[in-house]
Amino acid sequence: MIEVENVRYVYPSGVEALRGVSLEVREGELVAIMGENGSGKTTLLRHLNGLLKPTEGRVLIDGQDTRQSTVAELSRKVGIVFQSPDAMFFSETVYSEVYFSLKMFGYTDEEASRRVEWALRLMDLWKYRDRSPFTLSGGEKKRLSIAIVLAWQPKYVVIDEPTAGQDAPNRKRLEQLISKLRSEGATVILSSHDVEFIIDLRPRVILLSGGRIVADGPAESILTDEDKLERASLLLPQIPLIMKKLAVYGVNPGCLTVDEAVREITSRLKPVREW
Amino acid sequence: MPLIEVRDLSFRYAGTEDWALKNVNLSIEGGEFVLIAGPTGCGKSTLLKCLNGLIPHIYTGDYVGSVRVKNLDPASTPTYLMSQHVGMVLQNPENQLFSLTVEGDIAFALENIGLDRSEMVRRVEKVLRDLGMEEFRHRSPYELSGGQKQKVAIASVLALQPEVLLLDEPTSSLDPVSAKSIIDLLAKLCMKDGLTVILTEHRLDLLLQYLTRLVVMDSGRIIYDDHPRKVLESIPMEDSLIPIPKLIQLVRMMRHEYGFSGCLPLTVEELVESLVGR
Repeated sequence: MIEVENVRYVYPSGVEALRGVSLEVREGELVAIMGENGSGKTTLLRHLNGLLKPTEGRVLIDGQDTRQSTVAELSRKVGIVFQSPDAMFFSETVYSEVYFSLKMFGYTDEEASRRVEWALRLMDLWKYRDRSPFTLSGGEKKRLSIAIVLAWQPKYVVIDEPTAGQDAPNRKRLEQLISKLRSEGATVILSSHDVEFIIDLRPRVILLSGGRIVADGPAESILTDEDKLERASLLLPQIPLIMKKLAVYGVNPGCLTVDEAVREITSRLKPVREW
Repeated sequence: MPLIEVRDLSFRYAGTEDWALKNVNLSIEGGEFVLIAGPTGCGKSTLLKCLNGLIPHIYTGDYVGSVRVKNLDPASTPTYLMSQHVGMVLQNPENQLFSLTVEGDIAFALENIGLDRSEMVRRVEKVLRDLGMEEFRHRSPYELSGGQKQKVAIASVLALQPEVLLLDEPTSSLDPVSAKSIIDLLAKLCMKDGLTVILTEHRLDLLLQYLTRLVVMDSGRIIYDDHPRKVLESIPMEDSLIPIPKLIQLVRMMRHEYGFSGCLPLTVEELVESLVGR
């Protein structure tokens, strides 16, 4: 379990990025931390593997206080995929990029090789194993940065802005990957302001604004609540918006996905309207 | 005669094997609002760079075919002249801003083309007013939010009074509310002031209602080029060249599975109207 208790964080510049944040993430959960740029999303994520230590309050990873542990220890459990993948690459090949971090964690050559192949195949990058990471496209770099983290199979997988700059085929791939990670029992934490991507995953949603949590609950209640979303500079996703406008005609406004909306609209409206 | 005419254009970046553009033909009238969409690497950014002359002036390579913008050839027209007809805004506003004040950033390009002081002042005033940014004039662009920075970048390009504004993924680093305000601003500039707007962007949902044209590219070629309603009628849902808005997915599924016969809506209001109106 991850426990964030009353965390305040002030950057050396004096900017107070987190103003008393408390939350718990239980094993197997899928959590989306959502909010505008500058709301504190990335600062919060950086606390989860000890890259940042709270100015006040504390963060516990399976009971272990991040102030008493190193980033290396915590990273075994909490793997974070950051937003700009370029910033973390340094190897000559895609293969050695993934291999390096596994050796840092002390895996044997044989085990490391096995895991590199598994992670690169999972991310559809095995064919590029001999290429320089810097020659990959933006979407491929993102997939590589995810492969690096998945290779050591951290219990908690954290992805900062998974869809930023990703095109339609990559968005589809990311959606499938996140479902797959969940079905394999990983705890997944995402930060995003991409409501149309997040809604299909149906996660628990935490809204962050100005360094504070302004809402925390299931997608069904948060992503259909225009007032709450607005407080975090987010827009109502299209399906809840459609359902909200149709609610006066007796349609249940609680649908999240296209499939649900089609079923609801056709069952309520088709019998009484001429199409 | 269209404002922009691209004929049989192919381009290959120096040192690469594959052609980034393959025999592209496109003509755009003044006052249009055009989205060029497609997966990463499809050639959409390359095409934009050909319209203002960044290709072949800055990015060199093999260039075949012709481009005309207001009867000028970007490949042989000097950049300072071209930039007075075609302005370009980049994905990340930080790459475009450098002055200590918003005002300074907007005035910089005007100083470069040698305008006299009174004309410069007049134009800076005008764009600040048009974009509702008067209160920011003495602020540092670096203190502003992402959306405000992008507005300053747009203002500094508009001060040159171009007929055509090109934007390469202008909202991809912005949150949804800021993204919407940028897109609404572009639509206003297009509809009210007759500015021709051509942009690339992955998100279609916010743009759809304003577009006069949707161009879809794949592997250096134009695959679709029509009114967005027509393109979204015919583009296969499963091949995911572009992210199909949920609104469109919904209506196409209702037609396919439940015999719904309403026309394809571009806004939620249109859908509601076609479901329960009349």
